Amino acid sequence: MKGASLAYARANDVSHALELWRRAGPDARLLAGGQSLLAGINLRLNEIPGLIDISRIGELRGVADLGDRLRIGALTRHADLQADPLVAAHAPAFAQAAPLIAHAAIRTRGTIGGSLAYADPAAELPACVLALDAEIVLRAEAGERRVAAENFFLGLFETALRPFEMIVAVEVPKIGPNRRHAVLELARRSGDYAMAGLVLAADVAGGRLHDVRLSYFSMGPAPVLARGAMAALDSDEGVEAACAALGTDLDPVADLQGGPEMKRHLAGVLLHRAVAGLLGHSPVSGGNHGRG
Amino acid sequence: MAEAEFSTLVEVSLRVNGERVSRRVEARRHLIDFLRLDLGLTGSHAGCEHGVCGACTVRVDGEIVRGCLTLAAQLDGADVWTIEGLSDTGEVRDLQQAFVARNALQCGYCTPGMLATCADLLERSPAPSRAEIREHISGNYCRCTGYEAIIDAVETVAAARRAATGQVAIGQATIGETAE
Repeated sequence: MKGASLAYARANDVSHALELWRRAGPDARLLAGGQSLLAGINLRLNEIPGLIDISRIGELRGVADLGDRLRIGALTRHADLQADPLVAAHAPAFAQAAPLIAHAAIRTRGTIGGSLAYADPAAELPACVLALDAEIVLRAEAGERRVAAENFFLGLFETALRPFEMIVAVEVPKIGPNRRHAVLELARRSGDYAMAGLVLAADVAGGRLHDVRLSYFSMGPAPVLARGAMAALDSDEGVEAACAALGTDLDPVADLQGGPEMKRHLAGVLLHRAVAGLLGHSPVSGGNHGRG
Repeated sequence: MAEAEFSTLVEVSLRVNGERVSRRVEARRHLIDFLRLDLGLTGSHAGCEHGVCGACTVRVDGEIVRGCLTLAAQLDGADVWTIEGLSDTGEVRDLQQAFVARNALQCGYCTPGMLATCADLLERSPAPSRAEIREHISGNYCRCTGYEAIIDAVETVAAARRAATGQVAIGQATIGETAE
């Protein structure tokens, strides 16, 4: 299908974008990578009167080293995350997650800010910022504020973003020497929405995990921290205890990919693999690359 | 809607297959309709028009993109290459010949997008495994031949380009250009 007629304006910088947006009204949308937005427009899923094209705002793209953390600009593309040496060294979960997102020709355009603002429950990057305890940096005409990832995702395609407020960056603490990340998902076809996925971050020392952060995606209306399983792994109760805790941590709803029972089962399968991978017991596998 | 800067018609100047093009386009016009309907370049195909099938894959500023998920209005100043241009320069000639030799196309609908994707892979990864080839073309649907023949063709070309590297005869600029 073809999109309905709409108006378009190109923003030169963030203040210009915010001004254009206010003048166009709250139903206008920011166009970043457009890889979900334009699909929705072509399908006429929602009536969008206008687009503010922010994709040329150079200050919003790229990764900067801030000492104890990385600042990832909102327009940093998935292909950038996949290739960026700072990301690989200091926040490897993003580099592991990027290749799992859709396909090569989509990763060249799709952006981290777009993914977080859209908040698809099956998306990898929202679960990454949650597990990595990142801060989302937001800007409105009134000024800037920061929201912890834990307080950002409110529900199905719903975030803490206010009207006329945009994401400008993600700030994520750098990993310490013992910190390891694993991003795993199971999908029926490469690039498809995951049936189940997780992001695990932990310090590995003395043959066990410490300071565990574990988030799941495709498990409900929003990415979720599995606090019970985190506590079980923190107190060295073992993977089976952590899997048992997932029973209360996760409340998956049936979707096109499967029912809640199957999703719960897959959540445990992935946790076994991720923990074994971090402890060096078996290689961490991307989950959906087994069909070469 | 604000009057001054918002418009349903947008002026764009870009390069398509090396030629300068300036047009006034509807803001909602995606790149594939722009190429096919406004420029008459019908080699790029519109399939699903929501980013799933890959038939619309073209090259923009050196990277492959979904033509249906890119607005022409966004491409002011861009450098776009379609199957017409990639054929004319000879850049994908060896891939095209291998597709024919290996029977890697039947109806041909997916082929322009498939070639753009395969060319992108070989530019980045001169010795891809079959799994890597499969992964890179996972966003390009073929409903006729299945994928084995396509993977065979890409593997053949990768091997031939590697063999040719460093021993490119004068006059074989086509192979030399792409065998980095």
